[in-house]
Formats: sequence, structure tokens, C-alpha cells
Amino acid sequence: MKQAPFEASRGPEWDAFERFLDARGKDAGAVFPPAELPQRYRRLCQSLALAADRRYSPDLVDRLNQLSLRGHHVLYANRSRQTQRAVDFLLVSFPSLVRREWRLVAIAAFLFFGPLLALIAVLQYFPDFAYYILGPREIASFHEMYNPANHRLGMRAADTSLAMFGAYIWNNVRIGFQTFAGGILAGIGSVWFLAANGVIIGAVAGYLTQIGYNETFWSFVAGHSSLELTAIVLSGAAGLRLGLAVISPGNVSRKAALVAAARPAVRMMYGAAVMFALAAFVEAFWSPLAEVPFEVKIGVGVAGWAAVLGYLCLAGRARGAG
Amino acid sequence: MLDTTRRVATPEGIELTLHLAGPVPRALAWAVDLLVRAVIVLIVSVVAFRLGTAGYGVALLTAFFVEWLLPAWFEVRWGQTPGKRALGLLVLNDDGSPVRWPASLTRNLLRAVDFLPFFYAFGLLAMFASRDFKRLGDLAAGTVVVYQPGKIRPHEVPPASPIAPPFVLSLADQRAVLDLAERSASLTGERFAELAALAGPLVGGLSSERAVARLLGIANHIVGRP
Repeated sequence: MKQAPFEASRGPEWDAFERFLDARGKDAGAVFPPAELPQRYRRLCQSLALAADRRYSPDLVDRLNQLSLRGHHVLYANRSRQTQRAVDFLLVSFPSLVRREWRLVAIAAFLFFGPLLALIAVLQYFPDFAYYILGPREIASFHEMYNPANHRLGMRAADTSLAMFGAYIWNNVRIGFQTFAGGILAGIGSVWFLAANGVIIGAVAGYLTQIGYNETFWSFVAGHSSLELTAIVLSGAAGLRLGLAVISPGNVSRKAALVAAARPAVRMMYGAAVMFALAAFVEAFWSPLAEVPFEVKIGVGVAGWAAVLGYLCLAGRARGAG
Repeated sequence: MLDTTRRVATPEGIELTLHLAGPVPRALAWAVDLLVRAVIVLIVSVVAFRLGTAGYGVALLTAFFVEWLLPAWFEVRWGQTPGKRALGLLVLNDDGSPVRWPASLTRNLLRAVDFLPFFYAFGLLAMFASRDFKRLGDLAAGTVVVYQPGKIRPHEVPPASPIAPPFVLSLADQRAVLDLAERSASLTGERFAELAALAGPLVGGLSSERAVARLLGIANHIVGRP
């Protein structure tokens, strides 16, 4: 077949395909039903293969190549119907993923909770040690935030809950992202952020406990501690996953190992980010309430820990892989 | 040929040529994006601060979304952020397919490391060290930043009576003949004759004038003129 009759017989089909791509979205359905796209795309690819094989003019081959390329992008673009997948992810995939990576999670937890608990213990006997870690102005601001005379806990008098919510999201989620991202530097960044945050949180907790702000401090942090601290640990575990791929890529190139490790790692970050957001919400709207009795606050905190650990250990076991 | 192009073949037999973008256009795109982000945060803040301290929270929430999630959303939806659009750049997976959420979020979250220790130093080092101008985020996500393919323009060949080539020409040879014929208007006659003589067996043994005419005829045959 000569080029001219080939173009004449298939041209309308290509033009329709091009109009469909140009319309992009709402009006595209008027050209042909979107369900026909895969079939029409395959026919276009066949046209391209024929045109290239029969040495038709390069202009025609280029046009068909570009058209197929655009079709390829539309066909393989992001799928819709995300809601069901998001629910599935939170109920099944995420907890299963955390269980599958339990070794890294355990290491991250040790790196974070180790310094945290150690400092709380040390500061009960050597309170001045806090000054090695926290500056005098920070300590003064903690005095102000957790003074038992406050009617709101954990914030200064002028702050509102919404303002604090924004600040917690901006600050805490960023710390989580940094902890994750630092992992690509052979894990060093993740180890550093985990340990550094453990040290600082431990120092604050230990110091405020030692000076007797027990009730205000612990009733403030109890509610959101489970979500927030777990989220930091999971961010660190995701970062360590990247770091491990760089240090010990196994049988493949470092680059391929990194790409393979990034998939589960970033999925873990989705879950961690959701936990950070929930933690910020609790921290801004529940934790500062001074009118709730201490015992209730602690009870809610313990229930939170039970819920988070139960969720990560048990959710999706029936349907998930691990 | 140029070493900033990568050829990728898809299972459907489409061949993609990716033109990789280097540090300079990417830095410019980043600067445009920074400006866009700053304007969004500024506008929201000006409105929000009328609400009092609560506005501070709204402004920070906006800053968070604009900094971390908006670029990824743009890349998944359109393959490019506003800055990349302005510079004609596109983010693709290594295999030339459009990026989805996991890859896009990976490269955007890892910007935090590319920025270290100051002003994207690690990112720049990684770009120079890798073959495909990848910063660390691109390495982990398996993505490349490429120039957006332009619209294809058919060759404009000066008309002549078409001559069938004496043997079958490969696609690359056909392209070379067309490119040369298209440039004939901007070349001096002598230079064009010199170049035409390089076509070897196509014009073998012909005088320069007849070689030129023959090559133009072949070009007309290739574009499919009757």
C-alpha cells in the first residue's frame, strides 16, 4: 500500500484521536467514549508500526509517534477512584507494611526512645544537666507554657487552638519529613534526627517533671503522645529503609536498590503523615484543656497508646500479607 | 549525537526521545515556583491575619501544603509545576511514563536532603555525578526532568519532480535527506553541492548540479509528493 491511500484510510481515526487528546477531560467524551481509548490506542500503535516498517515519510512516522506518546501518557496517567484505595491503605496495607518492616521500626524506636527515656531518668538526679541541652530562653518559655496556674496548657496566653494546629502541622510534619529524607545519606540523617529529637523531648520531659510541673506537663502530652511519637519513629524507619538500600544494595545497583526501597518507604510516610496530622489535631484541640481532670487525660493517653499499638500490630491481619 | 538525550522504547513500539534538562533551567523553574508559593502564602496570610491569631494557624497550614504537597499535586495532575511549565520542563518516570503520587511525593519530600548542607548543594552534586542530571530525590523516585516535546512541524521541502531512490533508505537516512533539503534555501549553492556530494551512492558519479537536483527529487519522493 502506498502512503497516500494509507493516510486516506486511517487519517480520520488519527484526527479523532488527536481531537480527543486536545479536548482533554470534559469535552473529550464528545469525540468518542473514553472506554474506547485503549482499543483506539492499540490501533494507533499498529499504524505507527506499519508506517515505520514500510518506510513511509518520516513526517508521518513522527506524527504517529508523538500521537502514540501522548496517548501513552493519557492511558497510563494516574487512575481515579482514590477513596477506596486510601481506606484500604489505612486499614490494611499500612499496618501490614509496618509489621513487614518491624526490624527497622524497632531500630528506629530504640534510637528515639533510648535517649528520651535515658534523659528523663538522668534529669531526676542531675537536674542541671538540662542546661547542656536547652537554652535559658527555651526553659523560660516552657515555664510559661506549663505553669500550673494557666487555664490552658502547653501554650502561651495569646495563642489560639487553630494557630497552634497550624504551627504543629508546619513544625512536626516537617520534622517527620526531614527524618525520612535524611535517610538517603546512608541513614545518617535519620539516625541524627531520631536521636536529636529523642534527646530534646527527653530533656524537656525530664526537666519539667523534676521541677514539679508533673500534672500540667503529662496531662498535656498524654493525649497526642502515642500518635506523634510513633509517627516520628515510623518516619525514621522509612528513612533507614532508604539508608539501608544505599549501604547494602545487595544484588542490584545502588540506584536500582534505592528506587526499590523508596516505594515502601514513601508508603510508610503516607501513614506517618496521617498520624502526624491526627496528633496535631489532638494536640491543638484536646491536650490544652485544663478543665479535664488529670486522671482522664492520662486515661485517654494510655487508651491512645493501646489503640495505636493495637492498630499497627493487628489491623489488616486477616486480609493483609503479614 | 547529543549526550543529553535518552531513547526509551515502550512495549507498544513507541520510541520516546527524552531531552534531559540540566541544572540551570531547573533552578530557574524552581525560582519561579518559589515566587508562586510565596505569592500564595502572602495572599492567604494577608486575608487570614484579619481573623486574629487564628489566622496565624491558617497561614502556617497553607505554607505547609504549598511547600510539600502542592508541587507533587501539580506533577501528578499535569506532569509539571507552574515553574516547570514556564520553562517547558516535564517530570517523567525513567521509562517515560507520567509520574504518579508515590514517585512525585518521594522526589518532593527528598528535596529536604537535596537542599543540604546549604542551597541545594547536595542536589547539584548529585546532578553532576549522575548521567541523567538526577538530584537525590530523582534517584530515589526513579524520575527524570526533561524538556517538553514541542509540536511536530512537517518538513518544508522545495518542490521538484519526485525521484524514487535507487535503494530503500532507512528512517535515519530519510530524515537526513529531508533535513538537508529543508536547509537548501539557507545554504549557498556551493555549500549545498558539497553536502549533496556526501550522499555517496545516492548521487554517485553525478555532477554537482545534477546531484543537487537528484537529492531534492528524492526528498520530494520521501515527503510523499506524487
